[in-house]
Amino acid sequence: MKAGTIYLRVYLALLLLAAATTGIAFIDLGAGSALAAMLIAAAKTVLVILYFMHVRFSSAITRLFAGVGFAFLLILVALTMSDVLTRGWLPATTPPPSKSARP
Amino acid sequence: MTDAAAATRSENYLNVDYRLRSWLLTTDHKRIGVLYLLSLTFFFFIGGAFAVVMRLELLTPQGDLVQPETYNKLFTMHGIVMVFFFLVPSIPAVFGNFLLPLMIGARDVAFPRLNLASWYIFMLGGLFTLGSVITGGVDTGWTFYTPLSSLSGTQVTTAATGIFIMGFSSILTGINFIVTTHKMRAPGLTWMRLPLFVWSLYATAIILVLGTPALTMALTLVGLERIFGIGIFNPALGGDPLLFQHLFWFYSHPAVYVMILPGMGVESELITCFSRRRPFGYSFIAGASLAIAVLGFLVWGHHMFVSGQSAYAGMIFSLLSFLVAIPSGVKVFAWSGTLFRGAISYETPMLYAFGFIGLFTIGGLTGLFLASMATDVHVHDTYFVVAHFHYVMVGGMVMAYLGALHFWWPKMTGRLYPEGWARLSALIVFLGFNLTFFPQFILGYLGMPRRYHAYPAEFQVLHVLSSAGASILGAGYLLPLVYFLWSLKYGKRAGSNPWNATGLEWRTPSPPPPHNFPESPVVTEEPYAYPVEERA
Amino acid sequence: MSDARADAAFPYDDPSQQREAATLGMWIFLAAELIFFGGAFVCYAAAASAHGPDFARASNRTALPLGAVNTAVLLTSSWTMALAVHAARDGRRKPLLGFLLATAALGTVFLALKGTEYLEDYHQRLVPGRAFLGSGPERLFFSFYFVMTGIHALHLLIGVALLLALAVIAWRGRRPLPTLNIFENCGLYWHFVDIVWIFLFPLLYLRGRHV
Repeated sequence: MKAGTIYLRVYLALLLLAAATTGIAFIDLGAGSALAAMLIAAAKTVLVILYFMHVRFSSAITRLFAGVGFAFLLILVALTMSDVLTRGWLPATTPPPSKSARP
Repeated sequence: MTDAAAATRSENYLNVDYRLRSWLLTTDHKRIGVLYLLSLTFFFFIGGAFAVVMRLELLTPQGDLVQPETYNKLFTMHGIVMVFFFLVPSIPAVFGNFLLPLMIGARDVAFPRLNLASWYIFMLGGLFTLGSVITGGVDTGWTFYTPLSSLSGTQVTTAATGIFIMGFSSILTGINFIVTTHKMRAPGLTWMRLPLFVWSLYATAIILVLGTPALTMALTLVGLERIFGIGIFNPALGGDPLLFQHLFWFYSHPAVYVMILPGMGVESELITCFSRRRPFGYSFIAGASLAIAVLGFLVWGHHMFVSGQSAYAGMIFSLLSFLVAIPSGVKVFAWSGTLFRGAISYETPMLYAFGFIGLFTIGGLTGLFLASMATDVHVHDTYFVVAHFHYVMVGGMVMAYLGALHFWWPKMTGRLYPEGWARLSALIVFLGFNLTFFPQFILGYLGMPRRYHAYPAEFQVLHVLSSAGASILGAGYLLPLVYFLWSLKYGKRAGSNPWNATGLEWRTPSPPPPHNFPESPVVTEEPYAYPVEERA
Repeated sequence: MSDARADAAFPYDDPSQQREAATLGMWIFLAAELIFFGGAFVCYAAAASAHGPDFARASNRTALPLGAVNTAVLLTSSWTMALAVHAARDGRRKPLLGFLLATAALGTVFLALKGTEYLEDYHQRLVPGRAFLGSGPERLFFSFYFVMTGIHALHLLIGVALLLALAVIAWRGRRPLPTLNIFENCGLYWHFVDIVWIFLFPLLYLRGRHV
């Protein structure tokens, strides 16, 4: 397949996905709405990375470097959200009455 | 003709061009390393000056030397200058730049002009930060916690801009080192034949490129809060101050591994050379460097145990923090194994190497007290923490820096420093350091808070010991300044390999020629093939 | 000295080594950029989880038509950029020039529409400040909106400037096009900026549309 054809197909797929995500946004999927939006965005990203950014045809090292940023971003998001989302889990306690001063 | 004589007469990277513009427009990695050496020495003594005033204030329990607000500015600027303008760049910018191409048999780094840009960007950042000092200073602590940093009337924006700019210098240096290591190795130089210093630089570079941007964003958002009043970190506007801490520590914890990994790399070079032995567990040391780089990104919440962070997240971070101690322990064990039954000699670099092992170990072990949530509640924000990080940063990193400086000084300048004075300095530094910082562990445990300029009278004895130690330490740092400068004119000329060390850098004349190797060396033997024959 | 060495700049031995080094360097830079933007995204995620309904309501006040058109514009510009890089590899100077200018033009259209959108937001009193019309958390949403789209727009502006510089280089034609790495690397940067928008659009514009 010629490169030009691949690019055109990827482009059309991206437009389609953009339209899809806009359309799906109007449907109430509850918690699934955010998930659907992120999945579609991820799909578009993968297309851009693999084809427009040539990662599909690149060396292993390039692919590693392309993936590493996402991996560490995932760490940042996951551990930060692990704090934000679990803050309310412990029941609130009133502080104990202060006893004698610390040594 | 001896090597030394040949070097003085032939062209080297220093004498090839004496004009100022040849230095300011250089793309030679060796000259850039020297430029960093000069800049970093300058910033080190500035940061040190702030500490001197702090230790003078702390001689007495009352706050009688400076105003409380001034004291806040002193510890803030001491932290900012030392962390961002000395420790983070230190070994990578000076020795990494100078040695990486030499060690891998390359003519220069992958992006020489980007390398020069890194230095200029660094200096621009330093200019802004010094500007913030001159225009009144910052009082938030080097950690810039919100909401104080969003609201403080001091020069936060200027200082943050300086650090923001300096961050780009870090990122560009990191990119350069990674690509250089991947793409510029001499024929035959496989990954497992690389010097351990190169492994440590590679691991450091990974942290620099992936961690620094979080700091960049954190500072950007604080700046925007200050200028436009957006409320991302402001609880009154629905924001969360802890988000700043998450972004800040996502960088700043890995940053401490940026600060120590190159020192560990230097340690591997020194221990092997001065015990005339191959490293014990080469692949373990190399792997441990990478493990520290990766695991270091998973533990940042241990700075936030008492900040309001969820206890569940705290538990995760605590567990991961214990994990990250393991590869460091592996390295200490490996160095010890290298020393065992080695033919140990006690030249100055080795004295610093010994200092590093002991002091880094103490510092590292005290980190475990801090990693454990329960004990951290007791010692958080006390002098225990201050002592912990100074043991690893100063007892570890600065000692490694001095060890590196002595070890590679002959290579960089073509001169030998006076060994007697250097050994004396090392001893003074070691004694001064311990006298300064060991009492601080006790102070912290007893409850002395950090960042306080006044304290209860019962802490005075320990503070006086600490300040006395600081003056000795200061002398220990000033002495090398004197004798290194002296050696430039009067030191004995050095041959290409005064230590009989392995490594491609020792196969070039001292100082090396502008493009390092007339022909690309071909590597056929394993690294650290000690013992090495005597060379002229 | 061999001819191959004459093509590779110091300190490289051959052009393919230089090309790979340049591409690797660019990817590492993009990883850094990803963490940079990611920092803002994670703050947004945390705030959104704390203020779900308010953020949804505020999101409905963004100009969806303009955002959707801009999304199409940027995706198209990524396509033309890919075609430009392809033309450079094949040494086709005129198509390269055309695609570079088209990409730059599309980028400029995006920025112009964004500017229009900001102006409209200002008139609707959506700019966080004393005149803001809405609740505290809604104001917070718009703080994120302006910061994130603003930083994105800044990156796009830099990209447009780079494209114009590349167009000049392509037009001058001093060196054979296939030997130049800059087109590929600028392409990588441009696609990255597109990817950021791919995530910004649903997060900022589509959150609350089903409500």
